[in-house]
Amino acid sequence: MRPDRNHPAWWAFLVHRVSGIALALFLPLHFWALGTALQGAARLDAFLEWTDRPAVIAAEWGLVTLLAVHLAGGLRLLALEFLPWREWQKALAALAAAAALATGLIFALAR
Amino acid sequence: MSAARTQAILWLVQRATAALLAVFVVIHIATMIHAVRTGLDAASLLARVHASIAWPAFYGAFVIVAALHAAIGLRTVAAEWLSWRGTGADATIALVGLALAAAGLRAVVAVSA
Repeated sequence: MRPDRNHPAWWAFLVHRVSGIALALFLPLHFWALGTALQGAARLDAFLEWTDRPAVIAAEWGLVTLLAVHLAGGLRLLALEFLPWREWQKALAALAAAAALATGLIFALAR
Repeated sequence: MSAARTQAILWLVQRATAALLAVFVVIHIATMIHAVRTGLDAASLLARVHASIAWPAFYGAFVIVAALHAAIGLRTVAAEWLSWRGTGADATIALVGLALAAAGLRAVVAVSA
């Protein structure tokens, strides 16, 4: 790793970008799954029953966490770009990570 | 339109859609947590969306804004990580955005009809 990249802001950038790509790749699958309702509620139910297995539940948790990560990282960027600079903004990456993990944990406990 | 002006407009649209998505995603995550707590099945999902025109309207707006945001984001990734720029890249990504919007709106119709 290039030494100039090993700092929190670069990691925050990388996590935001990778989570964004992953969410963009997931969206077609998500829309397809909901689209099964066009063939009736039973078809959607069959899909939802299929999702009720540990590997899929773990993947769901991962997706919700990715969404929370991308949301928190995005709010961090908006704060950096649009608010006047303050010292506390340096802590935003840590705050974003904490908020995203907390959201993931709440979803995991609810499921 | 000049390339710089296009870039500036896309930058602004990406921030505007991000601000809207911040609100939409918080509602979406809260709804998901509520849904999985009360048991995730087709009947309760469809009943919720059918309960008010506000839900299909919300999801319709969510889909369009998310498709726009995803397409602009992918365009940046293509340019910066794949060095893929220009008319071909823009046209391909515009098609991806339109396909995402179409698939998303189809899903909204599927759960609202």
